[in-house]
Amino acid sequence: MSGLLNVSSNPHIRSHDTTSRIMLLVVLALLPASVFGVYHFGINALVTILVSVTSCVLTEYVYEKLMHRNITVGDFSAAVTGLLLALNLPATVPWWIPVIGGVFAILVVKQLFGGIGQNFMNPALGARCFLLISFAGRMTDFTYDGISGATPLTALKMGEPVNLMDMFLGNKTGSIGEVSVLAVLIGAVILLLAGVIDLRIPGTYLLSFLFFILVFGGHGADPEYLLGQLFGGGLMLGAFFMATDYVTTPITKHGQLVYGCILGILTGIFRVYGNSAAGVSYAIIFGNLLVPLIEKMTLPRAFGKGGKKA
Amino acid sequence: MNKIAERLYNGLVKENPTFVLMLGMCPTLAVTTSAVNGLGMGLTTTVILALSNAMIAALRKIIPNGVRMPAFIVVVASFVTIVQFLLQGYVPALYESLGIYIPLIVVNCIILGRAEAYASMNPVIPSFFDGLGMGLGFTVGLTCIGIVRELVGAGKAFGARVMPDAYEPMTIFILAPGAFLVLSMLTALQNRVKRRMEMKGQETKIGTGCTGSCASCHESCGKGGEA
Repeated sequence: MSGLLNVSSNPHIRSHDTTSRIMLLVVLALLPASVFGVYHFGINALVTILVSVTSCVLTEYVYEKLMHRNITVGDFSAAVTGLLLALNLPATVPWWIPVIGGVFAILVVKQLFGGIGQNFMNPALGARCFLLISFAGRMTDFTYDGISGATPLTALKMGEPVNLMDMFLGNKTGSIGEVSVLAVLIGAVILLLAGVIDLRIPGTYLLSFLFFILVFGGHGADPEYLLGQLFGGGLMLGAFFMATDYVTTPITKHGQLVYGCILGILTGIFRVYGNSAAGVSYAIIFGNLLVPLIEKMTLPRAFGKGGKKA
Repeated sequence: MNKIAERLYNGLVKENPTFVLMLGMCPTLAVTTSAVNGLGMGLTTTVILALSNAMIAALRKIIPNGVRMPAFIVVVASFVTIVQFLLQGYVPALYESLGIYIPLIVVNCIILGRAEAYASMNPVIPSFFDGLGMGLGFTVGLTCIGIVRELVGAGKAFGARVMPDAYEPMTIFILAPGAFLVLSMLTALQNRVKRRMEMKGQETKIGTGCTGSCASCHESCGKGGEA
């Protein structure tokens, strides 16, 4: 009987989720894409990944040490940022590009805004766009098997035929982590099964993107074009791993649906009407900036507070 | 003499228009793609600011209060036109690269701000030096931003290559995002230097809530203008 009268202070329900557990699961889920990237592009991809992760973790450690803050390297969030950044780079980049990217991601995008949980945009994507604008030539140098060629997405934009099976399995050029849709999807399933992410954002993102491409893509319901757009570029990696970042996405359920739709439409606009063939990273960091507004719009009203006009 | 030095120090350090007041952001962000552009824009503004401040101070008792803004604009626009023709005639390269931002000096908020806050209620000589100090503060700000952006974004300083050949310029710094990044970093640096100076007992801050405009202020700080 006495067990029922157990008096304790709140919280009464505890979750076993910790930041480090979630981040480790994300690393685990990114492993298939990383391993495939290294297998596909060779040793330089491995070097890029290691340099990027080291750069992010070191920057976080040194900054927090200098500013006398708590050292948060142990929660692996900086490592995840580094890994995601590397997966968004071509394998041909020289070693100093991930170094600059890592410092920018952690120092400018994350720490200057208050550290983990306070960053206003996804650090890895912020750094990727920073590098893309700064070193446009090196960041779009997709060499594979010694041949520097256009990514399937660019070919698609030019109206050339693409091999869908190759695109799905990863026999193509592109950034380290985005080449194999299959590997990315394996990781996504791990995250979904572990309950780290749900389908709300990736689902609305992909569906609204597909709808946009169907209506405005100019190819109608041509399955080769539609699937090519889905499998091409960083769409899958972005939708499952970067658009679902807890910090930079809305916390309200309706807000997440709105956010996913905005990302899909933006990606479609960038891909169809933009100069470049790819547009996922810009769409996501743009969407990140809209998150406070989306949350304000979709905040559920507490029962009994305010009328319909409020 | 003391008043003059005080005005110059005020414009350069205490109320630096770029790093403290955050005024004139449009030219600050737009033309500082190189050190020369920043310096040129700063000096052009300085000349106009000092002359228009002096002119407005000289006319301050004639200008009716109700139409003071149009009157200020006419004075500033006249000086801008003169300077614009001089630039076009003698430094056409700078004239080309500053482009639309030269005529836009007319509506630069530093110039109208100083006219309203200082020149319209102070004698000619201090007003001239107030304009000079503010203008030099603006010049220093713009040149600093320009030097950093040109150095990182193009590997050059004042047009001459200074970085080693192996250095690859980071293009983003001469584009718009770079302007915001450099401005924020330099402002942070400036705040840190000032905090150090304050710890040593030097006065670097303007009073609480003081915008430099005593006309719109209800606090009694005892050091403002005559209004």
